[in-house]
Amino acid sequence: MAILSKKDQRLILDPLADDNPITIQVLGICSALAITAQLKASIVMAIAVLFVMGVGNVVISLMRNIIPSKIRIIVQLIVVATLVIIVDQVLKAYAYTLSKELSVFVGLIITNCIIMGRFEAFALANGPARSFLDGIGNALGYGVILIIIGFFRELLGSGTLLGFKVLGDPIEKTGLYSIGYENNGFMLLSPMALIVVGLIIWVQRSRNKALIEEN
Amino acid sequence: MLEHIELFFKSIFIDNMVFATFLGMCSYLAVSKKVTTAVGLGAAVIFVLAVTVPLNWYLDQYILRDGALAWLGPEYADYDLSFLSFILFIATIATMVQLVEIVVEKFSPSLYNSLGIFLPLIAVNCAILGGSLFMQSRDIQSAGLALNYGISSGIGWFLAILAIAAIREKIRYSNVPAPLRGLGITFIITGLMAIGFMSFGGMLTGGDEDEGVASPTTESAVIKEDAKKEKTLEVASITNEKEN
Repeated sequence: MAILSKKDQRLILDPLADDNPITIQVLGICSALAITAQLKASIVMAIAVLFVMGVGNVVISLMRNIIPSKIRIIVQLIVVATLVIIVDQVLKAYAYTLSKELSVFVGLIITNCIIMGRFEAFALANGPARSFLDGIGNALGYGVILIIIGFFRELLGSGTLLGFKVLGDPIEKTGLYSIGYENNGFMLLSPMALIVVGLIIWVQRSRNKALIEEN
Repeated sequence: MLEHIELFFKSIFIDNMVFATFLGMCSYLAVSKKVTTAVGLGAAVIFVLAVTVPLNWYLDQYILRDGALAWLGPEYADYDLSFLSFILFIATIATMVQLVEIVVEKFSPSLYNSLGIFLPLIAVNCAILGGSLFMQSRDIQSAGLALNYGISSGIGWFLAILAIAAIREKIRYSNVPAPLRGLGITFIITGLMAIGFMSFGGMLTGGDEDEGVASPTTESAVIKEDAKKEKTLEVASITNEKEN
């Protein structure tokens, strides 16, 4: 980190905790929750967003002086859509089953509010290097939350992590299951993602009182 | 007619955009502090969905899907442009949203002011693009059904944002633990509402057996029915295997 100035470090580190895109800025929840039933899908999604955010922020920042402000949303959408098509085609080529699982949610990265939000708030006003750091930082902040949710939902819901049976075999009753532990299938259903995010927000805000909202 | 009714209720309650697929969560959370603004945004979403889903259905049918270009001539019959669907769908949506923005600004400046930044952001509302993408992936059969799907999933979204806005107006008088105030409690309430909406899941599956006995009207219905039965058989055999 020594190569980066204090200000640039903040660009990466702030979104990881105190300015997290999901829990504080309320951006990018749309495509985040539906795919977190498994850790693997969450990680792939985080990487996809990292790529789109990093490259997209740089492209928009390079074009910031030539985009007429009236049609900027359409320009931004075209840039994101192109990047997402690349991601989608790569996924289809190298991880077909996973891309089937993620189904329309890869496409929905286009409308992920983090991406548009950062374009509007940062890349349109800053140079490409700083925009790149900002994009990476926010995508990492998003990825961290996604991976936390995916971790708990897969662990508690199906007793596995990345497909490995870390808690023992539920059918042969080994490991934790031998003492009567059961998987909580409810964790795999969509409503639990919302409640897990709610709990993450609770933990984060009790640790940092400055973030508490007025009622 | 029957399939229209089925699709209508299915997209409002069972596949509700907010509670089942988390589409449009950003604006759902951000604009749900007051009932009046929530109603305005909900109406805008219904309208935009009703316009964009059928439009994108035509795009998908006649330009994008495998072999859709056959109407140009036999030499185009094996073109598959479906990788372009993201960019074409989003272009349609962005244009339509611009149009809605102009109309709203002209006819209802107060609504325009209260919606503020969220009107242009409808273009990046996942619910709108999600509607088109689900329309494509669920293989909706006709333009009429696509229109129905757009309107009914819009209504589902409208219901969701209306309900949460009403709850949030009331919850202001309750004593919520300080760290949960605002966003946290909204997430948890939405989760509880989603659990509630899951109970609609059985709504359209009851009475399947009776339909099988009565003579089905169309060929496709028969095929669908058979496919369904096969699926349930498959699931049953899988669970049996697991238990053994």
